[in-house]
Amino acid sequence: MTSRPGLPGYPADDRPLTRAMRADGLPATIDDYIAAGGYEGLRRALEGLRPPEVTTMVTESGLRGRGGAGYSTGRKWSTMPLGADAPHPKYIVCNGDEMEPGSFKDRFLLERNPHLLLEGMLLAGFATESDEGYIFLRQQYDTAVVAIEHAIAEARERGYLGKDVLGSGFPFDIELHVSIGRYICGEASAMLNALESQRANPRARPPHMTGAGLFSRPTVVNNVETYMAVPGIVRHGPDWWKGLSVTDEGGTKIFGVAGRVARPGCVELPMGVPMRELIEVHAGGMLSGFALRAVSPGGASTSFVPAAQIDVPLGFSTMDEVKSRLGTGTLVLLDDQTCPVGMTLNMMQFFAQESCGWCTPCREGLQWMAALLEDIEYGRGEPGDTGVLAEGVWFMDSDKCFCDLAPGAMQPLESALRLFPDDFARHVAEGGCRYRRHGSDAPALRGTTW
Amino acid sequence: MSLSDEETRQLDAILGHYPDRRAAAATAMRIVQARRRWLSDEALADLGEYLGVTVAELDSIATFGNMVFRKPVGRHIVLVCDSFACWSLGYAELRAAVEAELGVGMGQTTEDGRFTLLPIVCLGACDRGPAMMVDDELHGPVAPADVAGILGGYA
Ligand SMILES: Cc1cc2nc3c(=O)[nH]c(=O)nc-3n(C[C@H](O)[C@H](O)[C@H](O)COP(=O)(O)O)c2cc1C
Ligand code: SF4
Ligand code: FES
Repeated sequence: MTSRPGLPGYPADDRPLTRAMRADGLPATIDDYIAAGGYEGLRRALEGLRPPEVTTMVTESGLRGRGGAGYSTGRKWSTMPLGADAPHPKYIVCNGDEMEPGSFKDRFLLERNPHLLLEGMLLAGFATESDEGYIFLRQQYDTAVVAIEHAIAEARERGYLGKDVLGSGFPFDIELHVSIGRYICGEASAMLNALESQRANPRARPPHMTGAGLFSRPTVVNNVETYMAVPGIVRHGPDWWKGLSVTDEGGTKIFGVAGRVARPGCVELPMGVPMRELIEVHAGGMLSGFALRAVSPGGASTSFVPAAQIDVPLGFSTMDEVKSRLGTGTLVLLDDQTCPVGMTLNMMQFFAQESCGWCTPCREGLQWMAALLEDIEYGRGEPGDTGVLAEGVWFMDSDKCFCDLAPGAMQPLESALRLFPDDFARHVAEGGCRYRRHGSDAPALRGTTW
Repeated sequence: MSLSDEETRQLDAILGHYPDRRAAAATAMRIVQARRRWLSDEALADLGEYLGVTVAELDSIATFGNMVFRKPVGRHIVLVCDSFACWSLGYAELRAAVEAELGVGMGQTTEDGRFTLLPIVCLGACDRGPAMMVDDELHGPVAPADVAGILGGYA
């Protein structure tokens, strides 16, 4: 499945996130990008808008963060101090960590459309009167590194980045920072510590980052795809953005499907597209011999959605109806030959490994819950173990943990206990697992520094 | 040993990206590791002197990152994704094929010093699972039968 712009049957045939992408899969050059209308939003802002007007457009569009939590982007920007008394430098930080298992949209965007990110960050910088941008990229995204470095060089050469952007008097430049690793660096406040070369534990809030963020200066942190939504909004206006979706949440989004389907991959579709359509039409449906059991809809920290509920529209509010979250919008499918306990175990081992160790419930509790799940999967479970796990889910909420990693880890577990009780019971009763794909096979070396 | 001229040149070039020398530490470690493959105690000492920070401080960052190598590694790093999408698509078979081809297990380096094999979390390529990386190249989906051909391409 590749991005197929112009699908019929939707309010608008516009695909602003992928329009400039090349058919050959190489990164869009600055000329490709400009030919597709790129940097027009920036020109419009520089030539005729005041900074707060840009923020107002973003707020009115209803754009919500694409990094998983769905916070209003315009509202975040509007808390940045403006004017002569504001502290400088102010920073625009792009969260390109994308390490949560089951998230695979930012890679696609960064490798294929880097200038769209630069334009979105430039507009964020203009709107908040900021001075500098950092793109925080996870390790292993080497292809994206090449694409971004090249795009930054092109943009500097043509005057889109630098001391005087397009001769407007607005100074803004962007640096790429490649992480030395760990999932917790994706948590926005931990990311600021990582950027400062501190140990990447999350920070206490308040203060909010827009008050005191990177190097204690006002800072906006947004996801890759969030920034990429902004150029179109500024160019065509908030109403255009609102008209793109099939629900009332506005815009398009990158969705993805991974698992036993005919055409796994990423595609740009209107917000609110039904999950079923994404799986059955765009991803070509399940491979023969496999039936769908459940979907992890947007990264390992989102709850499983059972196959019976895949008519749900993919949107922030609609996903509440099926007790889950949109998250990143990249689906991973659980098929009928794969053990749901094993899959949950694999996720829990990930979270236990990636706990930053700062607070006790997460550091100790996740290890312990992963071990209990492992016992169940391998036939050493006892009746009552699922009750203990459920108690752990209750305990590990955001009141007791310092950041959202541990509460996020509880979402797949809570939903697995709720949706697959018979599987858990059978593992205990039969002393093991009958699925073809089972166990967890996770290396014994988790959590090691090499 | 001290920093080579080329290392110093590369480090000087990135200092301007950060407001102070200390903040460049993570990137500085990446640069030196890319040249020396791993960071020995001497390498950290050299860097500490250059950046004006203690070795202990550098080590506190190094031990937090999962891709800072404080022990010798092979010429090529093989990373096999073990997260849940790849797990469901054949991680176990892929891992077994890589281990058999290299004759080492996870966390080990081949005797000829060619490869170090490590587990990695989701590579953001779940739609290409089961996925693996060799150095900066992503491969996926990888069938066990493809493994020998892929690894054979790295000297
Ligand atoms: C453990 C953890 C990991 C996270 N990883 C990411 C990530 O890789 N990318 C991302 O955009 N947001 C991630 N987030 C969310 C960020 O903290 C933050 O909400 C987001 O970057 C804000 O951008 P947005 O409003 O544009 O979505 C993570 C959160 C937590 C708790
Ligand atoms: S919840 Fe976990 S990851 Fe978050 S601060 Fe506590 S220990 Fe660190
Ligand atoms: S789970 Fe392997 S690439 Fe995502």
